[in-house]
Amino acid sequence: MGIISSKLGNLGVVTTTLEDAVNWARTGAMWPLLFGLACCAIEMMSTQASDYDLSRFGMELNRASPRQSDLIIVAGRVTRKMAPVLRQLYDQMASPKWVISMGDCASCGGVYNNYAIVQGVDEIIPVDVYVAGCPPRPEQLIHGIMTLQEKVKGERWADWIHG
Amino acid sequence: MNIPQALDPVATAREALDAIILDSSTFRNETTLIINPLDIVTVTRFLRDTNGLVYNYLSDISAVDYFPELRGPNGEGRFAVSYHLYSMLYNRRIRIKAFLPEENPSLPTVSVVWQAAEWLEREIIDMMGITFEDHPDPRRLLMPEDWDGHPHRRDYPLGYESIMFSFNKNEINKHKPYAKE
Amino acid sequence: MATSVVPAAEKSESLHYWEGSVEQLRGLVSERAMTGETMLLNMGPHHPSTHGVLRLLLELDGEQIVTCLPDIGYLHTGIEKNIESKTYEKAVTLTDRMDYLSPMSNNMVFSLAVEKLVDLDVPARAQVIRVICLELARIASHLVWLGTHALDMGAMSVFLYCFREREYILDMFEMLSGQRMMGSYIRPGGVWRDLVPEFLPALDRFINYFPAKIDDYESLLTNNPIWIDRTQGIGVVEPEEALSYGMSGPTLRASGVNWDIRKSEPYSGYEQYAFDVPLGEHGDVYDRFYVRIQEFRESLRILKQAMKNIPEGPFRSQNRKFVPPPRAELGSSMEAVIHHFKLWTEGYAAPDEEVYASIESPRGEIGCYLHGTGGNKPRRVHFKTPSFMHISSLGKISRGHMIADLVGIIGSVDIVLGDSDR
Repeated sequence: MGIISSKLGNLGVVTTTLEDAVNWARTGAMWPLLFGLACCAIEMMSTQASDYDLSRFGMELNRASPRQSDLIIVAGRVTRKMAPVLRQLYDQMASPKWVISMGDCASCGGVYNNYAIVQGVDEIIPVDVYVAGCPPRPEQLIHGIMTLQEKVKGERWADWIHG
Repeated sequence: MNIPQALDPVATAREALDAIILDSSTFRNETTLIINPLDIVTVTRFLRDTNGLVYNYLSDISAVDYFPELRGPNGEGRFAVSYHLYSMLYNRRIRIKAFLPEENPSLPTVSVVWQAAEWLEREIIDMMGITFEDHPDPRRLLMPEDWDGHPHRRDYPLGYESIMFSFNKNEINKHKPYAKE
Repeated sequence: MATSVVPAAEKSESLHYWEGSVEQLRGLVSERAMTGETMLLNMGPHHPSTHGVLRLLLELDGEQIVTCLPDIGYLHTGIEKNIESKTYEKAVTLTDRMDYLSPMSNNMVFSLAVEKLVDLDVPARAQVIRVICLELARIASHLVWLGTHALDMGAMSVFLYCFREREYILDMFEMLSGQRMMGSYIRPGGVWRDLVPEFLPALDRFINYFPAKIDDYESLLTNNPIWIDRTQGIGVVEPEEALSYGMSGPTLRASGVNWDIRKSEPYSGYEQYAFDVPLGEHGDVYDRFYVRIQEFRESLRILKQAMKNIPEGPFRSQNRKFVPPPRAELGSSMEAVIHHFKLWTEGYAAPDEEVYASIESPRGEIGCYLHGTGGNKPRRVHFKTPSFMHISSLGKISRGHMIADLVGIIGSVDIVLGDSDR
């Protein structure tokens, strides 16, 4: 947790930098938006449920409302009909917000290279972490979430000011 | 309970409907009746309501595009619509096929016989551009409302993005939109 | 009646405002919506209870539904058109992703259609392995159905229990095909590779472990007064109506119609196994739930019988015109090299005819209409998927119910949007 030093023995005072504290709070309880589209959604549900539990990362529940969530895990293929909906949801989320693009279809169009699928959800919203797989195993998704947590821990003043 | 004897669909249909049945064929134990598209409601009603046939379940409606060839009994059909019927009483299937020309392909809707046909036909209206007369709800189903064209036609391009290698990476990235914020 | 109530100056640029009017829906919704007496509510593509990206346009009189118009297509992937540009062997991987809760069923129906078209044999061992995979897929799919249905109705712990059981089945799929879900394991001619030694002990452990869990779920739900109140008498479908709507599978059997393709047109050796087909009486949500719970037990029965008699022999057809030879043979036989080359570069040719094959997937009858060209790629593939038919009937079943009942009806009809939109 950055620079920690405890003073005065058992009084339990910890000092650290503001950035580290804020980032620690952000990574500790990032609430994902319930946005499962296709097969990757089932693996996301498996990750959420028993055996690979996402509540240990603070993601106990998925919030149904974009206004209450910080993280959107785009799980599944995004079609051209669904793209405006995704953009609207992303716009409704309040900063700070992060995006994990889960699976091949969300990252690059996946198996489907045709008229109906957006070739990579980064054409519509900016993505922080790409998780590959078709569908990615729960361990892969957890690795993606932990990578995102590393990224958030590395954020500094300058990033906050510039949005 | 007295179940009437199962009748041979091809012979019975030819006898009762005569000129409406243009042709029949069998392939891998599947019977196909080829008819004129305008008679589809008559034929399906006949097959459903006659004792001894009772094809009471509509399994599937599929459309095929034979572009650039033309098929059909008069050799002018670009499209063909196949109706797959199933008889639960006699446990057998039959296919009814109708060929349609390229110009204004249209045929009557079967949703008066089975309500299942509504959405099956709506998908064909959307994806193949074949119109069904008197359809209760002929809007687009799978594609967005303002989409142009009929994707399942053979002359509609697949619309794929060229695969990115290192030699064409910059070329593709120039035209590919990336969201910045 | 104009619907945009925000003054023009305040409109944000990134949001979409619907510029249309209710006129577009004339004829589809009742006349009372035109005057504003009833409310139009959009249960949008992003909704926790719609099991995927389904949009329902509801016309509400207070809390009661007057009209329900489903709008699909938000997951339309163009699989059918993509398959037209792939050879038959490569197309199997695309079919995995349609009904993503039971991918084996999609592979199976496509393989059946291809085998029918090119007249390919399937050895006995492969048929038994296929039955095992299909029944495991049925159990896995019903587990997700039960978990999400109960979750929507408020019983949240069932969700966690079902997914715990599902992990065992996914482990078994991983042993077979290397992938938890999208294995592309069932291919034309048989299966991709033989059973690994750890598979049968794992299956045995699962068969012994699972019946107690079904009893657990039943003790939580079947006689639960809240569950019964919320599900009995809701969403009743009469048998003739159900047939007219094109329903199939457990949804149809709950209305009392005894139609199961595994019994009436058996494929892959299903006639050898003794199992019952559970039927319902009233055709309401509770019956659809109970039929599927009993199907768990029937699937276990089939698995027990199948596991005992797995014949020895090849796991895929030996017809080298359609099935590539194993790599070990390539070093010693020239014909094997030629077949390998031909099949992997060009693929095999199928006649210019059409076939229709259908199987009983966990949702209902999934049918594959396949029309060949005489060349190595299909001319047209069309999948008739059960979820497609069931969503179209949602509009009629839900008339007169409340919105809370609608959530139960959607869950009981067991739709998967990948299946319906393809």
